[in-house]
Amino acid sequence: MTPLLQVRGLTKRYGARIGCADVSFDLWPGEVMGIVGESGSGKSTLLNCLAGHLAPDAGRVIFDTRADGSRDTVTMPEPERRMLGRTDWAFVHQNPRDGLRMGVSAGGNVGERLMAVGARNYGGIRATALDWLGRVEIAADRVDDRPSSFSGGMQQRLQIARNLVTGPRLVFMDEPTGGLDVSVQARLLDLLRGLVRRMGLSAIIVTHDLAVVRLLADRLMVMKSGLVVESGLTDQVLDDPQHAYTQLLVSSVLQV
Amino acid sequence: MNDYNFAYLDEQTKRMIRRALLKAVAIPGYQVPFASREMPMPYGWGTGGVQVTAACLTPEDVLKVIDQGADDTTNAVSIRKFFQRTAGVATTEHTGEATLIQTRHRIPETTLHEGQILVYQVPIPEPLRFLEPRETETRKMHALEDYGLMHVKLYEDIARHGVIATAYAYPVKVEGRYVMDPSPIPKFDNPKLSDSAALQLFGAGREQRIYALPPYTTVVSLDFEDYPFEPTKADHACALCGSAESYLDEVIMDDAGGRMFVCSDTDYCATRRAEQDKSSAKI
Repeated sequence: MTPLLQVRGLTKRYGARIGCADVSFDLWPGEVMGIVGESGSGKSTLLNCLAGHLAPDAGRVIFDTRADGSRDTVTMPEPERRMLGRTDWAFVHQNPRDGLRMGVSAGGNVGERLMAVGARNYGGIRATALDWLGRVEIAADRVDDRPSSFSGGMQQRLQIARNLVTGPRLVFMDEPTGGLDVSVQARLLDLLRGLVRRMGLSAIIVTHDLAVVRLLADRLMVMKSGLVVESGLTDQVLDDPQHAYTQLLVSSVLQV
Repeated sequence: MNDYNFAYLDEQTKRMIRRALLKAVAIPGYQVPFASREMPMPYGWGTGGVQVTAACLTPEDVLKVIDQGADDTTNAVSIRKFFQRTAGVATTEHTGEATLIQTRHRIPETTLHEGQILVYQVPIPEPLRFLEPRETETRKMHALEDYGLMHVKLYEDIARHGVIATAYAYPVKVEGRYVMDPSPIPKFDNPKLSDSAALQLFGAGREQRIYALPPYTTVVSLDFEDYPFEPTKADHACALCGSAESYLDEVIMDDAGGRMFVCSDTDYCATRRAEQDKSSAKI
């Protein structure tokens, strides 16, 4: 079995400052990887480099494509990378407004990726959109409403539906539960966990919320100042932190 | 003759526009940037079309100018007078006799023939503009043929209105490659874009873009399999000439709901009426 994603020596600098430096890891099919760290530690930079939104300064990101096997997505031509971005990959933004088209109905938002890969049958697109709204627990009668009339939790669920509709194999999530209150967070996490397990998705989740990675992630990477300071199985890292920063992070969580 | 250079623009400017036109003809549907000049009329009055016309005019040309199909409205009259004065070319109202037709938002009903040039005035050349505000992004989308968004607009139409409600500036795909805004012509005119014998040039003055359809170019209106493209018009016959085929304007007659439908193409309507008069005079 080959890893779905192999990252080798990925580095991104912002002038003299480091975004992230020398990050290497493998992601296996069906695995969920968490990246935690404080703000400014380079988590989002790393995620954006992996998803092709930023061009890294050094390193390789090798993705196991469906059609031609392992390909380096950094040196891949842009049309292919874009195609990957709407078929095999999905990106869930922290703020649903970044990932949704606010002026387009919920159905249109879900259908956009289908139409981008060539779906031209209105009835078919609409049926798929309705099916996906159901899967993310949005009532079918909201299909023609704009996301601006949705609550924050619904917007986030709509964004997830919009991303998963083409059956991606790898999902990038940037703080998917940030900005939601705890009860909505819990439902969203439940939903995500169900979808990830049922569809056999691989995912990379960036978050500063340790509870989220405890629930979702199989493996964990802890970042500080652009460097990976510790990595391992989630429970192992959280229950027996080795690096001083990880210990600080784990001990900072409020117990209710 | 007068103090203007032939057709107002100086020769270097015309040369620059012709180069853009050649490129546009070579890549049908592609928007070629050009250094649009200030013209002695406000933006929105056809500054792009006027510059393209000026660059194409020769002293032998016969010019026709229409505005929404009509030869006698302000925009058409003033542009026609502009070229009469600055170029001294012959003008006509008959579609068949014209060698160069500048149009605002209509294609003449009479089928155009080889050797004719149809110049469109274009307000917003970018078909993706209201879907994607960034110019850098829309250019990339054209380059990568990333046109899924265009169908999102049509999807929204069907979801909201039950049919594709876009009635004008209906997006088309040119030769299977570029998605193009045909300028705000009614979608009734879209089928006339395809396989036309005439050369079709589009000029957008404020946006500084030129694009073109060479003769006999395949132009397909975008649609869905289960909601095919339909050219629509008012469901009436012309009250003056009786034509059931032409595109109609609705004219409000009074404040009691009275209305009449007349051909928007005045030359087509007048020609038909003249023929009817002739044949009724014979009887």
